[in-house]
Amino acid sequence: MPRATAKAEVDQRPFPPGEYPVVVVGSGPGAIQFSHELDRLGIAHATISADPSPGGMFRRLPIYQRLLSWTKPYALGDPAGRAGEWYDWNSIVSDDQSLRSIMPTLMDGSSSFPSRANMEENLATFVARANLQIRYSCPWQSTSRTDDGRFVLSTPDGDYTCGIAVFAVGMAEPWRPPTPGLDLVPHYVEAGPAETYAGKRVFIVGKQNSAFEIATAFLPWARQLVLGSPRPATLSVVEHSLAGVRARYVQPYEDAMLHNGVFLLDVKIERIERADDGFRIRLSRTADGREMIYEADAAIATTGFAVPMRDLPALGVATFAQGKMPALTALWESASVPGIFFTGTISQAAAGLKKHGIPANSGALHGYRYNARVLARHLGATRFGIEPVRPALEADAVAPFLLEQLTMAPELWNQRSYLARVASVSDDGWRDDGIWPLADFIDAPGSDAVAVTLEPNPDGSIYPVAYVRADGNVEEHLLDPDSMNEYRGSPHREQMASILAPLMRS
Amino acid sequence: MAAMPDDALELLSSLSLFADLGGPQLEAISHTFEETTFAPGQRILRQGISGSNFYVVVDGEASVKINGEERASIGRGDFFGEMSLLLGTAPTADVTAVTPLRCLVLAGPGLHDFLDKHPSVMYRMLVAMARRLSIANQHSG
Repeated sequence: MPRATAKAEVDQRPFPPGEYPVVVVGSGPGAIQFSHELDRLGIAHATISADPSPGGMFRRLPIYQRLLSWTKPYALGDPAGRAGEWYDWNSIVSDDQSLRSIMPTLMDGSSSFPSRANMEENLATFVARANLQIRYSCPWQSTSRTDDGRFVLSTPDGDYTCGIAVFAVGMAEPWRPPTPGLDLVPHYVEAGPAETYAGKRVFIVGKQNSAFEIATAFLPWARQLVLGSPRPATLSVVEHSLAGVRARYVQPYEDAMLHNGVFLLDVKIERIERADDGFRIRLSRTADGREMIYEADAAIATTGFAVPMRDLPALGVATFAQGKMPALTALWESASVPGIFFTGTISQAAAGLKKHGIPANSGALHGYRYNARVLARHLGATRFGIEPVRPALEADAVAPFLLEQLTMAPELWNQRSYLARVASVSDDGWRDDGIWPLADFIDAPGSDAVAVTLEPNPDGSIYPVAYVRADGNVEEHLLDPDSMNEYRGSPHREQMASILAPLMRS
Repeated sequence: MAAMPDDALELLSSLSLFADLGGPQLEAISHTFEETTFAPGQRILRQGISGSNFYVVVDGEASVKINGEERASIGRGDFFGEMSLLLGTAPTADVTAVTPLRCLVLAGPGLHDFLDKHPSVMYRMLVAMARRLSIANQHSG
């Protein structure tokens, strides 16, 4: 064989099969953020991915529209500053200034919502600039354990053995409830180009964002659109949460309210049958059980996604929600198999306190990127002996510091009532302990400290909350709201000083 | 948290709180609550921490503690979280999962509206609360 040919056949990909302290699975934004944090901490790891390039689900989705997450380059003056992350929901975050705020540089001003292609480029640019190493086209296929308890992740390239396995594989598996006949209907990911639905009566199973995304795309094409599911549609502007349909997809809702060719039905889907070239959909109204039949030319199931758990449940990883998500601790570790962690959008499986029923933003990059940073720091401290940086704070600087965080910190604004800024006190004085999950701060034992976060309530109010832990007991203190979300003035300084008084040591 | 499982109607009808409801009402309820699970040792309700929700236990066991002292254990069919929601105060007890705990959960702010729409559930809740009060009185007497 000629020498040049033999050279070309050498696999240039990083991370050949073998033993690693940590193996990360995935190459979407969750894996990218987490792997970058491990690099910054100097924790050796292998990152493997089934995909041929970075981007994860953003290589394919959303199908019809721009992303739901905004990037507003000028919102806080300095788009490359840390506070700029608050309104840039799409960039990977970093302590390295040269890696920050990549998405704003790709926006052309036509929308505050990037296109899918923008997002893919944003992630690929970060991976290239950060020199992040990922072994692509290396799918995790199965999982087992060695006699000494380590994990073995099998791939076509060979086995990866590790003490800690971190899965950032997304909510990537199309999921349908076992409604009779629903398997006949294409899932959201299988929907065709909008123009192929021209003149058709289309039934969309579901009333969440993906249903409204499709409906928005079909408005210029479909003859009639019916969105059917048991629950009424909820709107983000009413719910004060991303759990509702986002404002940019509200047009079909308005069309329904104005009786303009769109119908929102609160119905149970009893059965779907093939009929001529379309579907016969048997329904019963949620309100009174009355039966209905809708004859559709086309139907699409927007019934959500599940985590591709593969054989992890057989390994003992507990799941919930009909197996769609792993049961996790507050620090994103499997509740049943220590050593297996999940990051990225799967971190939403650890719901936190969910105060007033309002969920965190862990399902989206602007929330889970901070979860990933905390997880890397946690693993560094607990498994690799890497002491986190904990800057000292003067006692009289603690209240202003916390109020500055409450006014400006992107972690607190994007992960309200979920992540908190923590400052602890001992005989050596005060320390800034950084960002930490609120649920763990409240529930786990710890030294005297304060955690501050922002809390929304169902009325749409938002206000700071301080949790003071003294002698092992945690007390909650709600601070006053401010109409401009500015908490650095004297009224809040006085409130915070009073709250911190029991922790102050003379 | 996630939508209710597919056996939702059967599940709901087997819980005493919902025993008086017919099919369509159970159907409506199955889309009002969500399903959630907790690992052993995980706290669900936290004494003194506001903003909690309403829970109905489907499977598993939890303990009720006040100031760290165990006061009761709760299991399938029991509910908790309603006291603080009705009074608009923070919970006065911790509720912690003892075994893997599967619950139905209703966002706290939705309880008032839910009880308004389902008076038979409100009645059953009152009966259960009266029973709890009676037991507490016996113990204190």
